[in-house]
Amino acid sequence: MWSWVAHRVTGVAIFFFLLVHVLDTSLVRVSPESYNDVIGTYKNPIMGLGEAGLVAAIVFHAFNGIRIILVDFWAKGPKYQRLMLWIVLGLFVVTMAGFLPRHLMHVFGGE
Amino acid sequence: MTTIADPKAPRPPRAKPNRLTTRGNTELYGWVFMRASGVILLVLIFGHLFVNLWAGGGVKAIDFGFVAGKWANPIWQVWDLLMLWLAMIHGTNGVRTIINDYAERDGVRLTLKALLYLAFAIVVVLGTLVIFSFDPCPTDAPANLLPSFCTA
Repeated sequence: MWSWVAHRVTGVAIFFFLLVHVLDTSLVRVSPESYNDVIGTYKNPIMGLGEAGLVAAIVFHAFNGIRIILVDFWAKGPKYQRLMLWIVLGLFVVTMAGFLPRHLMHVFGGE
Repeated sequence: MTTIADPKAPRPPRAKPNRLTTRGNTELYGWVFMRASGVILLVLIFGHLFVNLWAGGGVKAIDFGFVAGKWANPIWQVWDLLMLWLAMIHGTNGVRTIINDYAERDGVRLTLKALLYLAFAIVVVLGTLVIFSFDPCPTDAPANLLPSFCTA
């Protein structure tokens, strides 16, 4: 139940980010200056934490999506769905442990 | 260990007496598409995040020169084009499902879906045009903002 809610919430959040992400990236077609100006406004700690949250949402949605596929197509999927949720959470922690320190170093570290 | 009811793929609704037509297999194809595109998107997006946020200088190093350097390579053009289309169809179909679930009034539901499809069309067309009409070395731009291969 809660994994289903989280899948929907993360999915909608990622979708709205995607709309903005395509629009701001499209500025490369306007001029290098306008793209760099807008991307420059993202380079602060608040947006850095937002990016960490976005990656967390994507990683959960991706791994839980694989779990949904296994529940749907693997004969033993429904039986092991709860165990697979723990595996999803474990993989989530491992992936974020690999990503977060390096990302936060980029955001908060000096040049 | 708790188990859940065996989930079933959506099936075409049976024609009801007061219905002139059934909706066919569209919902089934959508259901299959979400799973197939989801697997491909996992690979494409994890690769995208790894290259743009983890490898190299991370998020602080992203600027025009970085994007131009990537799109000078046709592999990244195709990568990003596939990601754009698959993610937009996957996301639009997901949000469509959510609108259908929660917007019970006909007017609200139709309006929200019209806005959703409009956003889909704008973003997909704009993104596709940008990937393929992009010039990594615009002649009127300062050289220090451009990728190094422009001056070579």
